[in-house]
Amino acid sequence: MKPQGLPIEVHDLTVSYQKKPVLYGVDLEIAEGSLVGILGPNGAGKSTLIKTIMNMIKPNGGYVKIFGDAPQKGIKRIGYIPQKESVDWDFPVTVSDVVLMGRYGHHGWLSRIGQEDRNKASECLEQVNMLAYADRPIGNLSGGQQQRVFLARALAQESEVYLMDEPFAGVDAVTEKTMISILREMQKSGKTLMVVHHDLASAKEYFDQLLLLNMRKVAYGSVPEVFTHELLQKTYGGKLAVLSEMATKVAKAS
Amino acid sequence: MNLIPKFDPVRVFLEPWSTPELISWNSQVILMGLLVCWASGMIGSFIVVRRMALMGDAISHGILPGVIIAFLAFGSLDVGPMLLGACLAGLACSFSIEWLQQNSPIKKDASMAIVFTSFFALGVTLINLQTGHLDLDTDCVLYGEIGLTPLAPNITLAGNNVGNRSLWVMGLICLIIVSLICLFYRQILVTSFDATLAHSIGLPVKSIQQFLMLLLALSTVASLESVGVILVVAMLVFPSVTASFFFSRLPSILVCTFPLGIAYTFGGFHLAYWLDCSIAAAMAITATVCFIAALGLCPNSFLWKIVAHKKSPHN
Repeated sequence: MKPQGLPIEVHDLTVSYQKKPVLYGVDLEIAEGSLVGILGPNGAGKSTLIKTIMNMIKPNGGYVKIFGDAPQKGIKRIGYIPQKESVDWDFPVTVSDVVLMGRYGHHGWLSRIGQEDRNKASECLEQVNMLAYADRPIGNLSGGQQQRVFLARALAQESEVYLMDEPFAGVDAVTEKTMISILREMQKSGKTLMVVHHDLASAKEYFDQLLLLNMRKVAYGSVPEVFTHELLQKTYGGKLAVLSEMATKVAKAS
Repeated sequence: MNLIPKFDPVRVFLEPWSTPELISWNSQVILMGLLVCWASGMIGSFIVVRRMALMGDAISHGILPGVIIAFLAFGSLDVGPMLLGACLAGLACSFSIEWLQQNSPIKKDASMAIVFTSFFALGVTLINLQTGHLDLDTDCVLYGEIGLTPLAPNITLAGNNVGNRSLWVMGLICLIIVSLICLFYRQILVTSFDATLAHSIGLPVKSIQQFLMLLLALSTVASLESVGVILVVAMLVFPSVTASFFFSRLPSILVCTFPLGIAYTFGGFHLAYWLDCSIAAAMAITATVCFIAALGLCPNSFLWKIVAHKKSPHN
């Protein structure tokens, strides 16, 4: 018998918004220590899947289990990076405030944030090369710096599973390289990561497993198994223009 | 014709404090002003950073029918029932707004406008129906009269007169708001900034939001008789918006609302004394002046840019 369930197990998950189905019959089993890329066209339900795993959206059918537990219980073991658009960048907080928020989950209702938490936050900022910006308001950062801050916050959370919604959106090439190497390190230390991604060409190098999603699960498996013309065509369907553009990119890259 | 009375510093600044009776009366007015500004400024800062400034407007109008119904049910202007009625109506208002948003295609701003105007209209109609046998008049609810604070009945505790009832209620509410915000600052901050993170660390996001609405309703109803439903929104929004020109962290903004409250109260009081106008309106005007000054003087202000532009040798 296994000591605990899989980090993430999704069974026959169906989610709809105002009677329009967004996800339909999705089954998924993510093994510990996986680095999974989630690919699919706009409106394929990628963010919805993340939100449903995090118990922000109630599914119409099926279930999610986190380490074998119901999501209400398991959610505390999940860290996440929000989609860039969902963050209010004018909010009056500094970089270190945001990273410290990652420590809140380690405290009860009335216990105070201590020096230990501050040290941890600085350490995580150092890891993403953002320590020099600790006292800056988050609104004053570039797109790449903003995403690094949220990655530092995720590191400070010290969770076992991470869900990231387009962490590479609007990020410069250097930041993207730094971030992916950090994700790799996290994976090495046994973390499980699921990352929503939008760029087919880089997905192939960045991830070990891919989930192709378009309302239904098209395919899930290791990159060589899943990253085939046929399956990608099935995922991106009618969006041929996008696909051929991607195909050329992939061809050029290889 | 003389629209603006002559400005006489001695009359404006010293006369209100010249006799013991005036000092006693006016210090109660000033204290009330400070308490209203502080309570509203604190809770308002969170409302503003959550981009819910109009929610303050909505709640302040929405509590009206609750206050009137409580009055009708209990037949008295006692504070307890009034606060209870106001809180219930405030919560009903915020629930209805949320329900409309989630269960109909109506957008947030429109659903707010629909709910709070309906509630307010109901409140006004109820007041009018009752005009015959009730000394609650619409003007007082709409504009408030902070200058009459000292007329509130005194509270006697164990036979001793401990002071003005309105001041005690407002003081208590101010204390509750300030201490709850200090105590649960972290939880309120994270739910305001990133609800998903708050949810993932196991915080009851919805309850915290409702709790903020409850505090808002409390502070609004307690401020109602002093500044009225319309100007209370100014007291909610101005302090934090003005402070945010100079500070980029929420704690600094929260602290800054205290000196601003002092400036609004004293400025408004003496302005009203000079112009012989409503103190609440004068406080809001002072707040507006402070806001414009902050807009002009803040580090990134357009004024500095113009100055720098003129000085630049390349032009």
